[in-house]
Amino acid sequence: MTDDSRMFFDRRRMLCALAALPILPLARPALAAETLGFGELYKSFGVLGLEFSDKVKRLTGQEITIKGFMAPPLKAEANFFVLTEIPMSLCPFCSSDADWPDNILVVYLARKQTFVQFNAPIEAQGILEYGSWTDPDTGFVSQLRLREAAFDTA
Amino acid sequence: MRKLILALASATMLAGAANAATVYPLDRATILVGSPFDFKVEFDTVVKPEDVKVTVNGQDYEAVFGKKAEFVAEEKGDEDKVLGSALILRGLTIAAAGAYKVEVSAGSEAKSVNWDVYPTVAEPKAKNIIFLIADGLSVAHRTGARIMSKGMTEGKANGRLAMDDIPPVAFIGTSSTHSIATDSANTMSAYMTGHKSRVNALGVYADRTPASLDDPKVETIAEALRRTTKKSIGIVSTSELQDATPAALVAHTRKRADKADIVGMILDVKPDVLLGGGSAYFLGKDVPGSKRKDDKDYIAEFKNAGYALAIDKTELAAAAGSNQDKLLGLFHTGNLDVTLDREFLKKGTVEKFPNQPGLVDMTKAALDKLSKNPDGFFLMVEAASVDKMSHPLDWDRALVETIEFDKAVAVAREFADKNPDTLIVVTGDHTHGVGIIGTIDDEKPGDEMRAKVGTYDDAGFPNYEDANGDGYPDRIDVSRRLFLAANNGPDHYETFRPKLDGPFVPAVQNEAKEYVANEEYKDVPGAVFVQGNIPKDGDTGVHAVDDVVLQAVGPGSEGFRGYMEQSDVYRVLADAFALGVAKD
Repeated sequence: MTDDSRMFFDRRRMLCALAALPILPLARPALAAETLGFGELYKSFGVLGLEFSDKVKRLTGQEITIKGFMAPPLKAEANFFVLTEIPMSLCPFCSSDADWPDNILVVYLARKQTFVQFNAPIEAQGILEYGSWTDPDTGFVSQLRLREAAFDTA
Repeated sequence: MRKLILALASATMLAGAANAATVYPLDRATILVGSPFDFKVEFDTVVKPEDVKVTVNGQDYEAVFGKKAEFVAEEKGDEDKVLGSALILRGLTIAAAGAYKVEVSAGSEAKSVNWDVYPTVAEPKAKNIIFLIADGLSVAHRTGARIMSKGMTEGKANGRLAMDDIPPVAFIGTSSTHSIATDSANTMSAYMTGHKSRVNALGVYADRTPASLDDPKVETIAEALRRTTKKSIGIVSTSELQDATPAALVAHTRKRADKADIVGMILDVKPDVLLGGGSAYFLGKDVPGSKRKDDKDYIAEFKNAGYALAIDKTELAAAAGSNQDKLLGLFHTGNLDVTLDREFLKKGTVEKFPNQPGLVDMTKAALDKLSKNPDGFFLMVEAASVDKMSHPLDWDRALVETIEFDKAVAVAREFADKNPDTLIVVTGDHTHGVGIIGTIDDEKPGDEMRAKVGTYDDAGFPNYEDANGDGYPDRIDVSRRLFLAANNGPDHYETFRPKLDGPFVPAVQNEAKEYVANEEYKDVPGAVFVQGNIPKDGDTGVHAVDDVVLQAVGPGSEGFRGYMEQSDVYRVLADAFALGVAKD
């Protein structure tokens, strides 16, 4: 599992870099992704809403890496999963998407990857995006996402 | 008794007939006179409208109900599967109390149900009702809270809980319409509507169509109070305000998870005081932290409807003293942190929401507001996390929640001492499969934690201390502590120790969607693997089917007696307030 996904990860990254080159000749180096931590997502928490951190705002549109735990996917065929800070015992999708904690990140994979053991920490890499987004297939609303992402066991 | 046997006999005979239709409200429903409800007949097959015959006490139903039902030729299920024809009559009221026999037939289908449309006394017995509910409250929670809070010497408790002096008056049967087992939605709905329903359902009978908002409705207590009285209504919970228990006062949905819709249902009824968590569903979807899928800003809507808003303990205290009648207190985007984390360990999400009030603060504030109404009030107070901590088998947190609940009971009793026209009800909505079997004594020899479990004579007494006299143990990780054991659960590791870093997460889901023991606890010294005994898709311990103990004191409490169906509790509440008498 680990070996396969690492190989896949590398290949994807390479493809991504190759694809990016002709379009964005001045793009950041693909390997120098900055790391974001779950503790760094929000500047403030409040009953009337949360505010994203300056770091999230600064890194938006850039490739970042973040460590976390993969929550069980909504549907086997869903092209995204939810990354959480701690292993989730709940399967919120089983009943509704209501029971997620605030600090989650929705990860849209560039290509399908095998679901990993839930207890194992993973590292996801992709392009950071914030703001409300409703997934057209599932109706799942997210505030913070990784696009064009891939993951590896950490 | 004879009547019951007859009813049972007829039910059995009909069940044997081919193609029995289903009638809502179900057989043996009890209905408050004058309360609106939806009447629905579900035929098992597609029938012709001209073949449908409905009589009530032998008369054509239209003459008795005063309205014609809508005929639905084909109800559709998932993937457009035809389920059969249906008759629906919404918002029906029956003005005269009595026994109603409803007979329905069409083609080969027939069904007969009996309803008891009950009156109430003409004059209210009580001015106020305080209905205190600890979600999941089982006998072990009470015993544990007493020992932990008050201590015990030579077999006698060193003190009494506030709830210990409220007479236990009834055993409550919590089962649902489709199962002996139950959840917090249909149980609280039974208390708050007088009708039993199906797991996950609130204020409706669960019909066969997939849509969750079209099921046959019954009136909730808040709606009945608005219809028949000028009393104020208060809802206080440590959970999200849209969660099943608080929602049961106002909501109509087959699915308790319709939390975004439930906020709108709360606004429809406009309870005067609303204190709890769940602000995420009040915020439009563009606000980070929102859990809505639309742009509705319910904070603004509630403010426009005349509500003052409080978002922390300080604002709650200020709002309690203000003259604005309506108060919305939202103290967390989700559920409030539990007492142990909020007040002592500062774990969970306390860092993010550092100034949350507790159940006692909220109960006091609600009573301050509501008691200003000369017509009286109905206040529901829920200690939600007795259940929310019992599910993950975090017994220390569940017991501390029970102690906090008891302090809210004390506040209610103080109020009733000064206002004797107040009925107090203390109960749970369902139970958990948990018992106290002894103690765990770290001083016992050896490394094996299991060997440190004391049972029978070896259990002795725990050594919790409450030096500051606040009713909470100064620490829960004492050397000789209570040992609670669940009779069910997923695979997990028993650590025999309090979870000081945050609530216990016994099991996590693997790639096969099965819940497996959370490895995080595997290496806790002395932890032992406990094989689960529920299906592997179960993430935590489950509700027990055991009866709930109901306690009550004050005017009207004499109506609670012996074994009662959960739905019968409503009738006692309705009688205490004379809700069978319409407002002029």
